[in-house]
Amino acid sequence: MRLFLHQLRAEQLQFWRSREAAIFIFVFPPMLFLLLGSVYSGTISGHPAREVLLAGMLGYGAANTAFAGLGVILVVRRESGLLKRIRTTPLPAPTYLAATLTSILLVFALQAVLLFALGRVLYGTHLPGHIGSFALVLLFGAAVFAALGLAAAALIRSAEGSSAVLNTVLLPMAFLSGSFGSRGRYPAVLRAIGDVLPLRYFLDLVNGVYLYDRAPWHHGTAAGILAAWGVVGIIVAVWRFSWEPRSA
Amino acid sequence: MSAAAISVTDLRKSYGDFQALRGISFDIHEGEVFGLLGPNGAGKTTTVEILEGYRRRDDGTIDVLGFDPQRFELGFRERIGVVLQQSQLLPSLTVAETHRIFAGYYERPRDVDEVIALVGLADKRDARVRTLSGGQKRRLDLGLALVGDPELVFLDEPTTGFDPAARRIAWDMIRSLRSLGKTVLLTTHYLDEAQELCDRVAVLREGLIVRIGTPAELRGTSLETEIRYWKDGEQIVLRTAEPTRVLNELSAEALAAGQELEGLEVRRPTLEDVYLELVAAE
Repeated sequence: MRLFLHQLRAEQLQFWRSREAAIFIFVFPPMLFLLLGSVYSGTISGHPAREVLLAGMLGYGAANTAFAGLGVILVVRRESGLLKRIRTTPLPAPTYLAATLTSILLVFALQAVLLFALGRVLYGTHLPGHIGSFALVLLFGAAVFAALGLAAAALIRSAEGSSAVLNTVLLPMAFLSGSFGSRGRYPAVLRAIGDVLPLRYFLDLVNGVYLYDRAPWHHGTAAGILAAWGVVGIIVAVWRFSWEPRSA
Repeated sequence: MSAAAISVTDLRKSYGDFQALRGISFDIHEGEVFGLLGPNGAGKTTTVEILEGYRRRDDGTIDVLGFDPQRFELGFRERIGVVLQQSQLLPSLTVAETHRIFAGYYERPRDVDEVIALVGLADKRDARVRTLSGGQKRRLDLGLALVGDPELVFLDEPTTGFDPAARRIAWDMIRSLRSLGKTVLLTTHYLDEAQELCDRVAVLREGLIVRIGTPAELRGTSLETEIRYWKDGEQIVLRTAEPTRVLNELSAEALAAGQELEGLEVRRPTLEDVYLELVAAE
C-alpha cells in the first residue's frame, strides 16, 4: 500500500508536469464543452441541449482520458525503456499498473467535476440526481476504456504514431456515438456503425442516469455490452502486452 | 578468493535458429568489476539480460546473489541496479524528483542527494531530465541504478556515444563503485575501457567465450613482444617471445658497430591487438 501511494503520487506528478498530457487529455474535453456549449441552445429531445452536450462530453472525456490518454502514455513509456527499467526495481508490476490506472481515473474524475462546474456556472445545467450511482457509472465506463487503452497500447508498435492512431479511433467513435450531439438525425449507416461502439453504450448509461434520473440497472443491456468490451480489452492486453520496446 | 556474486554454467540461448549463446561459463566474484567484451551480436546483451532476469535461458544454470533471475523475485530486485543500453526516463521531472521516485521503490535506499552528488549531477539537481545532455542522462541512469544501494550493478555499454571527457568522468564513477565494494558487470566494445576499469574480462565471439582473464593476462598470453627500429631508412619490425635476448643481441651489435638503434620501440601488445586477433580468428 505504501508503494502504491508512492507510485500514485509519482504518476500524478508526471501527469501534471507533462504539458502535452495535461493539455490534450485534461483540458481538451472541457474546452470542447465550452465551445460547443456556446453554440448549442434550446432543447434536444426534451432536455436542455447543454445537458445533453455535457453528458456527451463526459463520454468523450472518459474515452479521451482512459483510452487514448492511457494508451499514449503506456506506449511512450514502453518505447522509451521506462517499463523495462521499472521491472528490475522492487516495485511489483501489479502495483505499478494499478497506480497508473488509478492515476488516470483520478484525472478523469477531476475532469468530470470540472465539466459539471463549468456547466453549472455558465450554462445552468443541473447536477445528477443520484450522485452515488452516477459516479459508479462514470467509474465503470472509465475502467472499460482503460482496459481498451491497455489493449490499444499493446497493439501499437511505435511511440511516434500512437497519438495519431488513437485519435483516429477516438474522434470518429465520439462522433458516431453521439458525444457531440444527438444521433437522431444521423444516416442509418452511421448509426449502425455507432451501434457496435462501446462509447455509445456508455453514453446510454450516462444519459439514462443523468438526463432521465434512472437507476443504472435500467440499462442492463448497455452495461452488459460495455462490460463485454472491457473483457475484450483485458484479453487483448493480456495477450499482447509487452514491457519491452517493440521498435528497438 | 571471495565468494561468487554471479555463477554461470553452460548457459545457452537461441532466438529461432540463431544460437545467441552456445554454452558459456564464468564466475564473477564479489567486489569485482567484470567486463564482457565482444563485437555486436556476440551475445553480450543477451548474457546481461538473462542475468538481470529479462530473458529466459534455454539451458544451463545461473546463480546471481543466490537467486535465479528469471523468477524476478522482489528480494533479487532489491539487490541489483541496472543501467540499460538505452532508456529515456521521466523527461518532464527533475533529476532530484526522479531519484526520489526510484528511491521509494527500495526498502533501504541511499540518500538521494548523496547519489546525485556521486554521479556528478549536483548542479543539475533541479533541472528537468529532458534538458540534460546525453552524457548527463546516462549519469542519471547510473544514479537511479545506485539509489537502491545495490550489491550488484549491471552496466550495458555505459559510455557508448560519449565524448572523451564524458567517458573519463564515467570511468571515475565506475571506479568509485569498486571502492564502494559493489560487484559490477559491464559490457563494452571499447578495449581501453575494459583495460581501464575491469579486474577481469571475458571476450565473447559468436556466443562463446574465447578468452577470460585479467587484462594483463590477456595481453600477456597471446602475442609476442614487438620490437621496432629504423635501419638505413627502413623500419624493421620483429616479433619475439624472448625480447630480452633479442634486444641484447641487437644492442650489442649496434654498440660494436658504433651505431644507434634509431627510433627504437619495444611494445607490448595492447588489449586491442589481442582482442582483434581473438575476434578475427577463423
